[in-house]
Order: sequence, then structure tokens, then C-alpha cells
Amino acid sequence: MLEVTNLTRAFGHGAAAHTAIEAVSLSVAHGELVSIVGPSGCGKSTLLRCIAGLIAPTGGRVVLRGVPVHDVPDGLAVVLQDYGRSLYPWLTVRDNVALPLRRTLRGRAARRTAADASLAAVALAGVGDKYPWQLSGGMQQRVAIARALACDPALLLMDEPFGSVDAQTREDLEDLVLRVRRERDITILLVTHDIDESVYVGDRVIVLTPGPGRVRADLPVRLPESRDQIITKELPDFVRLRTEVSRLVRSRDTRAVS
Amino acid sequence: MSWLRISWAWRWAVLVAGIGGWQLWTSRAGSSFFPRPSAIVTRMYHLWFSGPAAHVFLTADATGNLLPSLGRVLAGLAIATAIGAPLGIALGRSPVVTAYLNPLLQFARALPVVTMAPVFIVLFKIGTQMEIATIVFGTLWPILLNTIDGAATVDPVQLETARAFRMSAGQRLAWVIIPAALPKAFAGFRLSLSLSLILMVFSELVGSSSGIGYEMSNASNAFDMTFLWSTIVLLGILGYLLNELLAGAERHLLAWHTGKGRG
Ligand SMILES: Nc1ncnc2c1ncn2[C@@H]1O[C@H](COP(=O)(O)OP(=O)(O)O)[C@@H](O)[C@H]1O
Ligand SMILES: [Mg+2]
Repeated sequence: MLEVTNLTRAFGHGAAAHTAIEAVSLSVAHGELVSIVGPSGCGKSTLLRCIAGLIAPTGGRVVLRGVPVHDVPDGLAVVLQDYGRSLYPWLTVRDNVALPLRRTLRGRAARRTAADASLAAVALAGVGDKYPWQLSGGMQQRVAIARALACDPALLLMDEPFGSVDAQTREDLEDLVLRVRRERDITILLVTHDIDESVYVGDRVIVLTPGPGRVRADLPVRLPESRDQIITKELPDFVRLRTEVSRLVRSRDTRAVS
Repeated sequence: MSWLRISWAWRWAVLVAGIGGWQLWTSRAGSSFFPRPSAIVTRMYHLWFSGPAAHVFLTADATGNLLPSLGRVLAGLAIATAIGAPLGIALGRSPVVTAYLNPLLQFARALPVVTMAPVFIVLFKIGTQMEIATIVFGTLWPILLNTIDGAATVDPVQLETARAFRMSAGQRLAWVIIPAALPKAFAGFRLSLSLSLILMVFSELVGSSSGIGYEMSNASNAFDMTFLWSTIVLLGILGYLLNELLAGAERHLLAWHTGKGRG
């Protein structure tokens, strides 16, 4: 599905140059949900932007379904880190979700129907006529997810999608992502700095080193398919894996291991 | 705008009390330079608003002077907006071009438009063209510079979102850049609106054969203080009404902006 090879991205030139990610290689199979975890500033957003084709890497390549990525490719949707600012305050919630559909769907009524269906899928039926700034942070985040899902992407990239919401909302949103993934034919790459979250939602956890970000470890998550916020998090396998990820994230050692 | 929510009745009560005080003071003073408000209102009625119903009660004097003045203001603002808004969006999205043009823009804006009037008189001859040119030249800069600012400071996250969803250039312009620039463009337009009235009067004082400014200069030459005050009050009312009209449009178009600020 997705092949990332030796991806490097530096900012600035000369003495001021700064490498955000260095030689990152990873692959994601069709239908997988892969978490990428790493400390703040390690280059997670940069990696995601490169994969999405929003910025060009300074080295390496990204291949999505056999096609090298240069610009934002077909069948890919992104939920950016700053979801509050990514929703357009001058549009209603429904129009926010419907706006990207203009590319593919002819007819206002058709887009409206599709937007409402997508809002219903994230349990936001009935708020279509409100404005984003009238909603809570958790609801705004669900609007951003609904907008991405409305495009029916084959690959969904999410950048710290549940930062800055309260713990209860966060757990609800994690379960929402798991449900979406069960119900659709979709591959998800989710970036987070939350270790529990990376293990709870992921089929695999990729740990990045502190900046410049490299792949430090790529760990399979061997947990039952159906997950529960309380039961799953008590399982010895969960506890062992979260401890290991935690140790990898915290360690000062920046060498990559495999 | 976040007006304190004083009740409608109270605001008008203060206005009425002010006019009442003015009436008392001028009656007591009996100065010929400061006619009583009641005399001014009576004069305004006879001058402009006692016409036939078929002409919405406007007199020939009103249709011959108020309407041309209003027409020049609106024409001037329309031309300034038609130039300033699209140019402002284009320049706001081209930081390099704007960086080159900025000294020129700042210089042109700093020119007091009043000093340009003689140039316009030579260029256009005295008359409507010169008056409109003066209004356009004066009101263009606030609209242009504020629109540039608005278009240049669109939130990068909003633009990146547009790219992430692969919106076309036209869609980005219509659904992201223009709406994002609108609050600042409106702030510029508000400035231009009050400028346009000043420039209308000024250009008509300089030389004209019709208009409110023309009437003012006649009244002043004839030492007709009540007439002069009538034109001043009329200008105040006109300015108030135009501003209310704009505020109404803003409430409608920028509801999200005020709502967001409050929320
Ligand atoms: N547009 C940019 N220009 C310059 N430096 C940047 C830019 N974007 C990110 N960086 C730098 O790259 C590093 C990684 O940033 P980022 O990818 O946002 O990390 P994360 O998402 O893991 O917190 C940081 O040191 C950041 O300052
Ligand atoms: Mg980030």
C-alpha cells in the first residue's frame, strides 16, 4: 500500500540547516492501522507532510499503491494536527465537510447528502447547520475526521488527532477510529505522542528517535482484534508493550534499532 | 465591533436630550451663528423634503444637489472597490511583488489627496469626473492596503488544508482566501466610506455646479447660517445612514467573524 524509503527532510540552508527526519523507511500494508510515536519535535508532522505530498522530501521517496508521491495523491486524506484552525470558521459544519467534495461530486444536494452521512458516521448528525466555533474541541475534531472520511480515502493520515481534548473524549475518539477502520476498507497512519494510544489503536507501533527522527523500532501489537478501553489496557501483553515503547521513547540513545 | 448592549431606548433618549439641550442653549443665546435646531429642521424640510409624493417628497433642490452628491460618493467608492479589492487580493498573495511595490504604495498613500485636487482639475476639468477622481484616489488606499493585509495573513493551516484536499486555485480563492481576507477588507472599506463623504464635500467646494458642497459654499457666501447648518446636519445624517447600511452588510456577511470572537 505505502512504501517509504530513506525519507529525509531538512529545513533551511547552510549553517542554519536543520534535519527534521533522516532516512526513515517504513511500509504499511493494505488495511493496516499503524501508529507512529515519538517525542515532541522529533519530526512526526514533517514525516506525515512528506507522505501526504504536502512538502517535498530532500531525500528518499514515497510510493503509494505503486505510484511515487509528488503532490497530494488521489485516495489520500489528512487530518492535520491543528484541527481547530483547519476548519473554516466562515462555513457551517456541513459546508466544511462538503467543500472538498466539490472536486468529485456534482450537485449541491448530492454533496449535502454525502456530508450529512459522513457527519452521522462520527455521531454528529444534527450539528450540520452550526459553525465549527460553536462546538467543543472533541466535536470539532470529529468534524475534521468526518471531512476526511467524506472523501472516502484509501489511506487516512492523522496527525496527533486527539491532542488537546480531555481524557474521556480522547478515549471516545480512539474507539471511533477503531470503529471506522472496522467498517470501511481503509488504511490508517496515526501519529501520536501518547504511548498508550499508539499501542491501543495500532496493529503496529513505529517508534521514532528524538530529532532528527529516525525509525527506532517497528513493533507488532499482538492484542485481540476487538479492543476495550478498560479490558485491553489491563492485558499483560498491553502493559508489556506499552512499557517497551515507553522505554524506547524515553531513552536518550538516538541510534536506530530494528 | 462590540458595542456595550445599552438598550435602544436609552441611546435615543441621550440623543433627544442632547438636541433638547442644544435647542435650549441656542434659544437663550440668540446668536445668529448658532441657529436653533428647530429652525434647522424646518429649513431642511423646506429645502429638500417638502417635494411631491411622486418624487418621494424630494424637492427639485434635493434631486439637483443631494442625489448627485450621493451618486458621486457611491460611484467613487464603487470604482475604488473594483480596483482595490481584486488588486489587494492579488498583491496579498504575491509577497515578492508587494515587497517591491510597497515603497510606492506607502508614498502614494501618504500623499494628502487634497493636494492632488489641482492635478485632477487640470486632468479632468471641473465637474463630476474630477470629483469622482478625487474620491477614488482618496478611498482607494485604505481598501487596497487592508485587502493586501487580509489576503497576506490567511492562516497557513487553512491554506494547507485546502492543498491537502486538492482544491483548485479557483476554489481556494473563492472559499478560503476571499472569506479569510474579508474582515480586514471591510475594515478598510469602513475607513474609505467616511473619507468619501469628506472628499465629496471638499471636491464640490473646490468647484462644482451642484452638490451638497456646492450648496454649502453658496450658503457660506450668503452668510446664511441656517442653510449652512442644514447642510452640516444633512451630512451627519448621510454619514450615519451609510455607516448603518455598511454595519448591516457586515453583520450579514461577517456573522462568523463576530460570532467567533465572542465564542
Ligand atoms: N516549516 C518548517 N521550517 C523550519 N523548521 C521546521 C518546519 N517544520 C518543522 N520544523 C522543525 O522540524 C522539527 C520537527 O518538527 P515536527 O515535524 O513538527 O515535529 P513533531 O510533529 O514531531 O512535533 C522541529 O525541530 C521543527 O522546528
Ligand atoms: Mg507535530
